[in-house]
Amino acid sequence: MAETTTQASQRLILWLLLAPALIWLLGLILLPHLDLALLSLRERTGPGEYAFGLAQYRTFFSEPLYWDVFVRTATLSVIATALTLLLAFPIAWTIAKLTRGRLSALLFAVCLIPFWVSETVRTLGWMILLRETGVLPSLLVTLGVTEVPIEMLYRDATILVGLVYTSLLFMVVPLYGSLESLDDSLIEAGYDLGGNGWTVLRTVVIPHAAPGITAGCIVVFMLTLGNYLTASLLGGKNSLWFTEQIYTQFITRFNWEQGAAFGFLLLALSSVMVWIGLRLSGQRFSDVMSRT
Amino acid sequence: MTAVRTRRRVALLACLLSGCASLANAAGGTLRIITWADYVPADVVAQFTKETGIKVEVALSNNEEIISKLRATRGAGFDLAQPSQDRILGPQQEFGIYKPIDLAKVQVDRIQPDLLATVRRNATIGGRLYALPYVWGAEGLVVNTKRTQINDYLDLCRADLRGRTSVRLRRPTLMAFAFAMGKDPFALYSDTKAYTALMEQVGARLIACKANFRFFFDNRDQLLNGMRSGELHAAMMWDSGGWKLNRENPDIKFIAPKSGALGWLDTYALPARGKNEAAAYAWINFTLRPEIAARIAKSIGNFSAAKGADQLTDPVLRAQFAASFPEGFKSVRWYPAIPPGLEEIEGRILDRVKAAK
Repeated sequence: MAETTTQASQRLILWLLLAPALIWLLGLILLPHLDLALLSLRERTGPGEYAFGLAQYRTFFSEPLYWDVFVRTATLSVIATALTLLLAFPIAWTIAKLTRGRLSALLFAVCLIPFWVSETVRTLGWMILLRETGVLPSLLVTLGVTEVPIEMLYRDATILVGLVYTSLLFMVVPLYGSLESLDDSLIEAGYDLGGNGWTVLRTVVIPHAAPGITAGCIVVFMLTLGNYLTASLLGGKNSLWFTEQIYTQFITRFNWEQGAAFGFLLLALSSVMVWIGLRLSGQRFSDVMSRT
Repeated sequence: MTAVRTRRRVALLACLLSGCASLANAAGGTLRIITWADYVPADVVAQFTKETGIKVEVALSNNEEIISKLRATRGAGFDLAQPSQDRILGPQQEFGIYKPIDLAKVQVDRIQPDLLATVRRNATIGGRLYALPYVWGAEGLVVNTKRTQINDYLDLCRADLRGRTSVRLRRPTLMAFAFAMGKDPFALYSDTKAYTALMEQVGARLIACKANFRFFFDNRDQLLNGMRSGELHAAMMWDSGGWKLNRENPDIKFIAPKSGALGWLDTYALPARGKNEAAAYAWINFTLRPEIAARIAKSIGNFSAAKGADQLTDPVLRAQFAASFPEGFKSVRWYPAIPPGLEEIEGRILDRVKAAK
């Protein structure tokens, strides 16, 4: 009898502890998504009148424009993720393996400092640096590299620079975690057994860090795919990011139904891409998530 | 110290007992306005609060956002909104986000009759009026005369201006280019098929012109900076922005295009579920006073709809106006109300322009 009471009260405590998370999940994530799902399945039949239908999804597939933007966003996000990984790996390696104590903490802080200002300010900073009358183009003229200042904004490369810069930290942290836990003696053993830098990296370091790499890639890919500000400010007249399409549908076209459908397509895209990424890297979702 | 604290507590208790809402209303409470930049100057707010005890909270926005935000809450969250007169009818029929104006509570005789007539024509639904005029102006071209000469919208597409011009990727641009191409989009508002065909033509023209646009600007400051830095030589812009640039640099001029400037008129409208209607009417009547209206007009750099606030008494602006509109406002076209559904057609064209290479 006494035992059952304890069990019951333990269960109650468990539910109470879970309650905030459950309320969060249900009220702020699940319900709005359900509402959006219903919204995306409506079509307008007259002023203020709607009927059930798949018109919104049909528009997406019949108008090549939306499909192009969709593919473009996915491609650029993958490229940005790969570039971030390439840049972040040496940084994480330096912090985890080549430095100790104060110096490694300092390097971490250096990575973190840009995030003390908001994304808007950082992006506007890039605009001041790169615009035709900005710092970098005039520097190039002064140095004699170019004759007239060139416009560096509003190009795909600029978007990539901005995206990589914004997401670098989110790659460094999981990479650092997984590299830190790698025993140095394993690397030494690799060299003792006749391996060179490349084979050690390929057969020892990367397999060990794989969950961290996958975790970082997932986070960065999601952030990039869902980025709005960097893509629209640095991309200018050709930016065409899919999130921008969603914003436009909701805010400037008053077409919530279309916007909701686009939102779901983006959700599907990111889920599929993450699944493919896990499949290709042979990782399990639960392993990866415990590293993030 | 303690005395003050006790008194505050008593006041708070009294407030709780009597119901704060009614107390707040009686004492004025808060007026929440969603409007455009510079439309509600701080010094005017200060005087209004001093006279009435009503606090004013301002949210800055634009036509599309005003409609979207009010739609999201079904007309709650704000007590007064200031959309353009052509953006009342469609959204009201579609989403029901406004409530009719009670003309008995407004000093209507203080409003310029011809502007009131324009709004009456475009914002009356079921015999009831949903908006009153506030500020008006015209959209045209801003040009750096040191760098180039232009006189109509299509000149923005001239080969020598490659990468040196800008427009907004919004419906006024579609309208302006349609007129510049010798068509009248307003006449086709009710004929969806013909309108779609015309918009497709305009879209194709804009796509052909895309290399000339350095960027599509989203807000005034973005354009002003582009003109100031010399990155842009000419752009589609509204009068107040153009005249602001002209005051800073006389080489930059605002001109009325040959095909006619487009006149806009922003309004007072009451969101359907606004809480403090009394405060909204108090604000409307307060801002219709000639001397207050004149101060507001000066802050915006445009013209007030209130009688006797004629801002052209400012000699600088008078000269600018005469230079931009040598024939006065005769050539200005006013936007008629946009029927529901039209913006979806335009939206698809604008998306295509944006996506074109």
